[in-house]
Amino acid sequence: MADEQEIASSSIVAENVKHWITPIEEVEYERSMSVVRHSTLKKYLFIIGAAVVCIIVAGLSLGNGTYPISFQDAYMTLWYHIIGDIQDPIDDIVVIRDRLPSILVGILAGSGLAIAGAAMQSILKNPLAEPYTTGVSSGAIFGASISMVFGFNLFGGDYALVGNAFIFSLIPVFFILMISRLKNASPTTMIMGGIAIMYIFNAMTTVIRLWSDPDSLQELYRWEVGTLAYSSWDNLLLMFPATVFGIVVIWLLSKQLNVLATGDENARTLGVDADRLRIIILVVVAFMTAAIVSYVGLIGFVGLVAPHVVRMVIGADNRFLIPASISFGAAILLLADLVGKTIIAPATIQVGVVMAFLGGPMFIWLIVRKNTKVWG
Amino acid sequence: MHVEVKNLNFGFGGPKNVLNDINLEIDKPGLYCIIGPNGVGKSTLVRCLNKIYKVPAGTVFVNGTDINDISIKDNAKNMSYVPVGGDDTFALTVIDTILVGRHTQQKWKTSREDMEITFKALKLMGIEDLGMKRYNELSAGQHQKVAIARGLVQETEFIILDEPTANLDVRYQVYVTELLKELSKQTGLTVLMISHDLNITAHYADEVIVMAHPGVILAKGKPEDVISEDMIKEVYGVDCEMIHDSAGKPHIILGSALRID
Repeated sequence: MADEQEIASSSIVAENVKHWITPIEEVEYERSMSVVRHSTLKKYLFIIGAAVVCIIVAGLSLGNGTYPISFQDAYMTLWYHIIGDIQDPIDDIVVIRDRLPSILVGILAGSGLAIAGAAMQSILKNPLAEPYTTGVSSGAIFGASISMVFGFNLFGGDYALVGNAFIFSLIPVFFILMISRLKNASPTTMIMGGIAIMYIFNAMTTVIRLWSDPDSLQELYRWEVGTLAYSSWDNLLLMFPATVFGIVVIWLLSKQLNVLATGDENARTLGVDADRLRIIILVVVAFMTAAIVSYVGLIGFVGLVAPHVVRMVIGADNRFLIPASISFGAAILLLADLVGKTIIAPATIQVGVVMAFLGGPMFIWLIVRKNTKVWG
Repeated sequence: MHVEVKNLNFGFGGPKNVLNDINLEIDKPGLYCIIGPNGVGKSTLVRCLNKIYKVPAGTVFVNGTDINDISIKDNAKNMSYVPVGGDDTFALTVIDTILVGRHTQQKWKTSREDMEITFKALKLMGIEDLGMKRYNELSAGQHQKVAIARGLVQETEFIILDEPTANLDVRYQVYVTELLKELSKQTGLTVLMISHDLNITAHYADEVIVMAHPGVILAKGKPEDVISEDMIKEVYGVDCEMIHDSAGKPHIILGSALRID
């Protein structure tokens, strides 16, 4: 709508619009890109660094125990097993049958819980959100409790307890999904719903304890603090596909999570349905967490702390936050497990306890030391 | 881009509708300013145009298609939106926040084209130095500039801005409005913005849309035809005096408030 009477635009506007509509000069592009490249490199280095720590700790952990094996021999044993050329049968049994399952379960649990925390915090826009905020954990404990105390099992055989934990941990998710269908359900409503269900299940578990014998109570305790000590190859049958599925789905949605970070309404005008994205992530996270919790119990802090630490170092871009949480989550969980196994050896402190001892102070130090505002 | 609103009545389930019998047609590029007092439904109207709210069928059309038949993804290719304020719970960097505006064009990997337009938008909004800062470290005015940059990198033919100059200093209020007008002239962009600044609106708008209680469009036309002392008194309840400059543009000198609703 050109108007001859219009006052001519000021030269700065005209100049800037000209710059806007002409291709950017190579020198200017390269200058701007150098800063971006530097930041991207830092992100990749963090991801690789955490993965290297993970490999080192895994090696130390494979060698650690009443039958010590050196770091190098531990990995060589693994290599010989993979190529089918077993050199030392005892080393092979110790490393592959006894120790490797807990390492793999630890990697899956650490990465799965961390990525679940990162995704939950992003979709619920709440720095305190973590996989357990959905009530998944309390559902799992309740399921396990009725199996241990009353012998009530939804599945028979080896999967009795795990099956119970898994199915009951999904119940809170259905509640949250129902809440999310309500009109005007906000992320806060969903998180409050999850917390309410968590309390209800916890109360029911406490009531059940009144009927428990000492053995069941002890087993229940093991569950509540979380441990990798009872891991076996069988655990991976459910945990591996569930965790990998969760990781892949959340990673694929990481670009959409970035859009969501700019606000629900804004996301909608950019073609992202915030409610739909929230439900997909919530279900995937719950499914993945349920599969993890059912085997290792409640390993707290990883889901809460890992994503925050990662955000503090590399920022909130979900395309990097998600993979970085995977490697960092796995690394700190394996480290906590190794510390728990060595610090008062031959006795073991459970990984969940060590995680809280390590994670708590580390987290406090980071939030106090860092001046950068990481969340709103 | 042709946007048409036909007999739109819209509410949130309360006894009264927020918007009543809205009819509006925007069919050529230019700077369109919606003015009106608080609570008359200005933001609600623009949210009805960009699918934030679901409107009844047969009331809003984009290029002849009922907006209900356009997916939010396709709509994002048609029009961009610059909201008032933003979410900063987990803040991305300024560059990443602006890149979010490229969501519909962007592949998994950010392309050179995405980066180029982002750098150009930073320069256009005078925030080149803030590229690597986190969004939550910025001031309200800087947020506003980032949001406008994000709206522009979406590269749509139609941009809706909800009070884009609200937190800007006077220099940037003028700059941004002038810029949007120049972009509409140079690139054929249609700009629909909500404004509370009557002088800036009178000076720069190609057309003014005046909204008043109870959620109606009172007038639409060139600023000099629409903005008058009587209109300001009636719609805003403020006494004022109006003078015209050599180009015939109205300038408003505000007096006292005559009533509050």
